[in-house]
Amino acid sequence: MTTLDQLKSELAGNERLTDDLRRVADKPETVAGLFPAAGRRYGREPLTGGWTTDEAARALLLSVSPADQVLQAYRYGDTAEKLAVLKALPLLPIGDSGVPLLEDALRTNDTRLVSAALGPYADRLGQEAWRQAVLKCVFMGVPLKEVHRLHDRADAELGAMLRAFAQERAAAGRDMPPDALALLDQLKEA
Amino acid sequence: MRIFDPHIHMTSRTTDDYARMAEAGVLAVVEPAFWLGQPRTSPGSFTDYFDSIIGWEPFRASQFGIRHHATIALNPKEANDPRCRPVLDLLPRYLAKDGVVAVGEIGYDSMTPAEDEAFAAQLALALDHELPALVHTPHRDKARGTQRSIDVIKESGIDPGRVVLDHLNEVTVAAAKDAGVWAGFSIYPDTKMSPDRMVTILQEYGPERVLINSAADWGKSDPLLTLRTGEAMLKAGFSEDDVDRVLWQNPVAFYSQSGRLDISDKSEVEATFAGNSILRGGS
Repeated sequence: MTTLDQLKSELAGNERLTDDLRRVADKPETVAGLFPAAGRRYGREPLTGGWTTDEAARALLLSVSPADQVLQAYRYGDTAEKLAVLKALPLLPIGDSGVPLLEDALRTNDTRLVSAALGPYADRLGQEAWRQAVLKCVFMGVPLKEVHRLHDRADAELGAMLRAFAQERAAAGRDMPPDALALLDQLKEA
Repeated sequence: MRIFDPHIHMTSRTTDDYARMAEAGVLAVVEPAFWLGQPRTSPGSFTDYFDSIIGWEPFRASQFGIRHHATIALNPKEANDPRCRPVLDLLPRYLAKDGVVAVGEIGYDSMTPAEDEAFAAQLALALDHELPALVHTPHRDKARGTQRSIDVIKESGIDPGRVVLDHLNEVTVAAAKDAGVWAGFSIYPDTKMSPDRMVTILQEYGPERVLINSAADWGKSDPLLTLRTGEAMLKAGFSEDDVDRVLWQNPVAFYSQSGRLDISDKSEVEATFAGNSILRGGS
């Protein structure tokens, strides 16, 4: 997984960002105006490891912000900002305090937010909520490869839920996504 | 015909409307923040609404290949409720968003002192955030309300070329034109402005700095009246280029002044959702 230090070194030449990180460290509330404007202020070019400049800059801004500002950045974020917060969560020293953000994202009807909630930080999500989230992915058509540690965490109870869902789909003459069928197979063998 | 509806309240419309709009050639919309019929009683219901027009609505629109941007403001009617006014302090968070292309709808409803204050404060926010302003003209006492809006705009120091005065009609268009602001017209089934009346105004004033919108919302309105106006223009002898100018180039030029309008590559948005059977946000 990419670390904050790697992001920092990739963006070391971005002077505007370097200045802004200092500003936020001095005055945490300034992050409220800078975080939404990240794409316009620092750029949107792709970096290594599946990150873009604006996402990485947002992660770095959050890394110098207190936890309450991280929660506010998500609360008032548009979709791109919320996705950036969710992506940054596993890199931030905030313990479990970001779990309610995952729960919020999983309540939405936006496939991008639902899949972003199931990254590495979802290790902190309880097993019941995690199973429901995986089932919701199948229901919404979110590819299961987006789910972090899917095969480690999938258990017999998730298997039962998927089987019941497959029966409903079969009764309606509708297909199950192939990745969900593959997961069911794996759980049968276990 | 390619259509940019510069003022439509999609949160009040169905997905069927999105489908019909896409079929009619609507490629982009701007959704201004306004009232919802039922008055709000707290800043929280404003922020949930703002979240919806910068979050859920763009997602819904993208499923039909339509680019969706928003304008954010405390509307003049609810500016009169002291329970709602604290939302003014939350506006800077929203005015910093990539998808927010103007401050609006601001202006007058009943021309009260509270409305004066909210109007001036939000024009100042437009200047601070380098955003254009969308100004609603009142439905009652419209001529005086329009003139007073122009006075407040002049006093604020904002460039009139970065302001649209909306819901104009035969009586108020000349004052807007003289003031150098953009002239917005809301084409409605039987009230504000009709396609044929609009054609007459265009014949008199020309297509420069004119924005034509459906302002479709929860009332009796029709998101396809932009298309009907384009058709009426062609029938009256306007060229296809004139139609493209008022229905596409003008709104693009007006909102591009924000530096945030993104209509560059719509195919990219569509691809985000390709392969997902999520047209209903679930099955």
